[in-house]
Amino acid sequence: MSLPGFPDAAPLAGLAGGVLIGLAAALMLLGLGRIAGVSGLAAKAVGLGGSGIDRSGAWMFVIGLPLGALVVMLASGGIDATFANPVTLAIAGLVVGVGTRLGSGCTSGHGVCGVSRLSARSIVATLTFMATGIATVAVMNALGLKVL
Amino acid sequence: MRIAFISLATGTLFGAGLALGGMTNPERVRDFLDIFGDWDPTLAFVMGGAVIVMAIAWRLVPRMAEPIAAEKFHLPTKSDLTPRLIGGAALFGIGWGIAGLCPGPGIAALVIEPAAAAIFVVAMLAGMGGVRLVEGAS
Repeated sequence: MSLPGFPDAAPLAGLAGGVLIGLAAALMLLGLGRIAGVSGLAAKAVGLGGSGIDRSGAWMFVIGLPLGALVVMLASGGIDATFANPVTLAIAGLVVGVGTRLGSGCTSGHGVCGVSRLSARSIVATLTFMATGIATVAVMNALGLKVL
Repeated sequence: MRIAFISLATGTLFGAGLALGGMTNPERVRDFLDIFGDWDPTLAFVMGGAVIVMAIAWRLVPRMAEPIAAEKFHLPTKSDLTPRLIGGAALFGIGWGIAGLCPGPGIAALVIEPAAAAIFVVAMLAGMGGVRLVEGAS
């Protein structure tokens, strides 16, 4: 199914993916009583602070992420993906790492878990990173910086 | 053992959702952020689907004395809007916009485009380590 006016959009796959992410976060919440925030769990796994779950649990979560992507990749016969060049990826990764620690979360912890809880901090954080993400792409486009 | 299993199941479901929803494709993510250009609304459906399911899950929490496989809920209690929160979120958004990757898809993409994803993930961990270094391991 496609969305009228948006030939490249994949609304059904998007919704299905979103529901899976929601179920995952719900399993973490109702099963372990924790927030499924990827930046916090990744930091915890490598010993850089982060959420209160024990390190082996954090590692299991982190290892699960590529495993899940692998399942989809095998089931669908491949995943389309275009990545930026190495220098751009390194700069972006550094900024994301610093930002998520200072901001106590990312798209999952704030955007999914916090927003659905109607947490003021998460709503403000989500609006902020959406705004700066949109502005960053707009400015890069205006400057003719093509990274993909 | 139960914690390890639930954590692995959570991560796997999460990674599958990210891949299925198109979030492991930086091009699609950047097209979503490109609202002034050729906008791709797919990620709004991803976010919407996830938030709806989680909104239901949150309604169940007050009815549960304890989580299914843990002694108690460990949930964020902070409610103050600090410059650190907003500045950090602003920085994160900039990084997200630059390459179209956030932490979850970056890690999940290690099986899709290993070299590119690894550069992003290592740099991200370095950034996290930098914050830890500057602030001290408290």
